[in-house]
Amino acid sequence: MSAAPILAAFRQSLGEAWAGGAGALLPLGFLGGAAVLVPLGIGSDGETLKAVGPGIIWVALALASLVTLERIFQSDAEDGTLDLWLQAGAPVSAIAAAKTLAHWLSAGLPLALFSPLLALMFQAEASLALLVNAGLYALGSLAFFFWGAVGAALSASVRRGGLLISLIALPLYVPTAIFGALAMSGGPGSGGAPLFLAASTLFACAVAPYAMAAALRLAAD
Amino acid sequence: MIRGERVLFREVSLSVRAGEALVLRGANGTGKTTLLRILAGLTRAEAGRVTRDAPHHWIGHREGLKPQETPREHLQLWHQAWGSSADTDSVLARMGLARPADVAGRYLSAGQRRRTALARLLLENRPVWLLDEPYTALDAEGRALLDSLIAAHRAQGGAVIAAIHGEAGFAASGDLTL
Repeated sequence: MSAAPILAAFRQSLGEAWAGGAGALLPLGFLGGAAVLVPLGIGSDGETLKAVGPGIIWVALALASLVTLERIFQSDAEDGTLDLWLQAGAPVSAIAAAKTLAHWLSAGLPLALFSPLLALMFQAEASLALLVNAGLYALGSLAFFFWGAVGAALSASVRRGGLLISLIALPLYVPTAIFGALAMSGGPGSGGAPLFLAASTLFACAVAPYAMAAALRLAAD
Repeated sequence: MIRGERVLFREVSLSVRAGEALVLRGANGTGKTTLLRILAGLTRAEAGRVTRDAPHHWIGHREGLKPQETPREHLQLWHQAWGSSADTDSVLARMGLARPADVAGRYLSAGQRRRTALARLLLENRPVWLLDEPYTALDAEGRALLDSLIAAHRAQGGAVIAAIHGEAGFAASGDLTL
């Protein structure tokens, strides 16, 4: 097996993410919009915002990750590229993982890097903890993108498959959201939560590509 | 092969050897593309067996060219993916794509997009070419170019299976009508 097709798939997806202008910034806008609107909805009490902030960011992060996932495999199915990747001589799971990773780097990682700014809007104190939290958001968003990509692969041949992706992916997001929010709560059991978060992300990265591969083969059939 | 609860074709048997070209014929919807996809390993048949002794190139209905991708970028991508040793500039020139080499796919004509897809055939030497309606959108010069590519490929011991409507510009070793 050669790694060249996997690297080529990664490179193509990375280029594609920025090809349509600032399309990759759409989830960032969604995340920012959600974080700005929530305080308007629940009031401006500093303590309340501080308490709900990390959880709101987790939810907004999970939903923002769904915004652009629809196109990750659908465009390949539409323009015939999927047929070429399926015959590229590398495991389809590895190609799907490479494409998902590229998509996460262009649309997911910026979300995590943006999160300290949002946390400040939720009255969090400016400290090193914000950067640690950004790392946890990055870890969690990786799981969100891999599970979301399973939904995207399953709906690759379905027009307007966004709803289908949400239905498939959101239940899979639950462990990540629970461990992520717990890790930032500072409450009982929060000490080991980052490890469980990392484990759930590793599990997603290990298992999701095989589900994507099976779904993509079905989409091409 | 069943599609939409309808038997598309059954009891189909074919083999292609080095230097041969088989043309698949049939009216629209008789399963030419499906049969080619089965041969390529993209679609699974309900029953039967496909034995592939050699790697193949696949040129389908859809070119596999992204709207933002130029012919040069497209060939460079697959050049990298396949670890090809071919010179992409000379492939572009041979396919008559030197002028639109840096034009995004969305601005290319259908014929230029088809030529870009066909250019992949020259990136790597693979013994079997599976071509689905390869003449689509090609002008007379493009058709002649494709015929010459097929002739050269067969002369080097390559084999071709093509689904074609109308006249093929090359002498087929056999026809299979679905």
